[in-house]
Amino acid sequence: MDVLFWNKEMETLPRPKLEELQLQRLQKTVEQALKTPFYQRRLGKAGISSGGSFRNLKDLQNVPFTSKDDLRKNFPFGLLAVDLDQVVRLHSSSGTTGIPTVIYLTQEDLNRWTDLVARCVVATGCTKKDVFQNMMTYGLFTGGLGLHYGAERVGMTVIPIGGGNTQRQVQVMKDFKTTTLHITPSYLLHIHTKLAEYNMDPGELFLKRAFLGAEPYSENTRRKLEELYGIDAFNSYGLSEMNGPGLAFECVYKRDMHVWEDAYIVEIIDPGTGRALEDGQKGEVVFTILTRDAMPLLRYRTRDLAFLHPEACPCGRTHRRLSRILGRTDDMLIINGVNVFPSQIEEVIMSIPEVGTNYQIQIDKTGALDRLTVKVEIYAKMFTGEASAIDALKTRITEKLRASITINPRIELHEPGVLPAFEGKAKRVVDRREAL
Amino acid sequence: MAQQLTIFVENRPGRIKSVSDILMANNLNIWAFAIQDRGEFGLIKVVVDRPEQARLALADHGFACALKDVLAVTAPDKPGNLDRLTTALLNSNVNIADAYGFVTPNDRQGMCFLEIKNAQEVNLEEVVTAAGFTIVKDEDLYEV
Repeated sequence: MDVLFWNKEMETLPRPKLEELQLQRLQKTVEQALKTPFYQRRLGKAGISSGGSFRNLKDLQNVPFTSKDDLRKNFPFGLLAVDLDQVVRLHSSSGTTGIPTVIYLTQEDLNRWTDLVARCVVATGCTKKDVFQNMMTYGLFTGGLGLHYGAERVGMTVIPIGGGNTQRQVQVMKDFKTTTLHITPSYLLHIHTKLAEYNMDPGELFLKRAFLGAEPYSENTRRKLEELYGIDAFNSYGLSEMNGPGLAFECVYKRDMHVWEDAYIVEIIDPGTGRALEDGQKGEVVFTILTRDAMPLLRYRTRDLAFLHPEACPCGRTHRRLSRILGRTDDMLIINGVNVFPSQIEEVIMSIPEVGTNYQIQIDKTGALDRLTVKVEIYAKMFTGEASAIDALKTRITEKLRASITINPRIELHEPGVLPAFEGKAKRVVDRREAL
Repeated sequence: MAQQLTIFVENRPGRIKSVSDILMANNLNIWAFAIQDRGEFGLIKVVVDRPEQARLALADHGFACALKDVLAVTAPDKPGNLDRLTTALLNSNVNIADAYGFVTPNDRQGMCFLEIKNAQEVNLEEVVTAAGFTIVKDEDLYEV
């Protein structure tokens, strides 16, 4: 397999050297953090008064965690470590759950971020010959502009189309011979259901690959998308607090996402106790950003659940790989006392060819018990017309789900195209239990 | 052999009309129809004069639908005729999965459509004709 690098020296830096660099940068980052009122208080309480007190990377574990709530409570400038006139860009989360969280970048921060994104793009095999259709929302959301700048730096032809308007998206793909998409998995699934309507076949397009991000999805969804379009689909992971995309990305081997460890320290912790876990163990992902002067964040809790691969990747990069996000510490559903992640349900549904790609999870209360209903759509092309086959299908879905989540779900079959398909972040869970 | 189109629909108001709207828009003529209630959903079964066109029209609107062969039999409307037919079929071990029938009031002609599970194993034409019934010819059902 052809392995391309953007910054080969850094991407293949031997681990001891990489960790040495991390320590140097951590010391600098702590110094920078101490310029903010928030970290003066937070680190002061933990007895940390200078970056020089960090002798090795393990010392990081004495640093208290930073949470999204901390960012909200210190909105808007409590974590800003430079004068505002040094800031050239700010990004913000959508703030749908309350006060938005904001991040700030200096010109150098922006430059370093763009470079990380360029690494990601090249790692998937992109070159300046590729045409890049960026279908993520532009604006305050980091996904759009982040990839835009990175792809531009690589020299790709960037089409800054943004999200929505499916018919136009498809026409643009055709007209400009787009090779590479940046898109949410649910939107890419949705577009496929529309192609027939536009009298278009995926074979008429020139697509080679898609960068999928901004929402969790399963390995089966990836395979389905790769088959439907005849492309390679690459996983991207980012969160605005860590600049957005460019944090972790898959290389051509598609064996989970390299975290750029010269720019981030990644830890996996037990979400209950906060204790650090070994590579290979699943837990909450925690990041420290080492390359952002305007707004340092130390041990930021993502609430995302994943694990780190201990083995090296055949591509030669020394930066460890993060698994796909297996769930959220806060979107975990507790159904009759059992922990269930929507991703487990998606995994099962995507493995059954007779049902479509849209689904919805509904939880109701009947008496003292919770009842889980999984709504799926019949996949038109696999429909045989036999009532007995439909019964058998329902039984099969029920049994597969029970084997995965240990709960007996009720399966509801729907006509194709009836369940809501979202053009942005998919919202698949409807919890109708009353809040306690 | 006659062809029946089976359409998957959710069990809620307006779904039959959504199918009949499309059949009408394509000027399709319905010979017979039945609906199998399966609780949260139903299966609409129709026999029309242009089965493939009906299937394509419904599929274009996103419906899950499939064509299958069914046995279309006619007989004069007389007491005991259904029993004579089912006796003949039973004697040849024919397994009926589903069936619907009706009588046209003016010419007192009975007609029924049968979904046969083991159609491959039996010479249906021979069994039905030997019992004195008529299998409806394709040219009588379909526009050629």
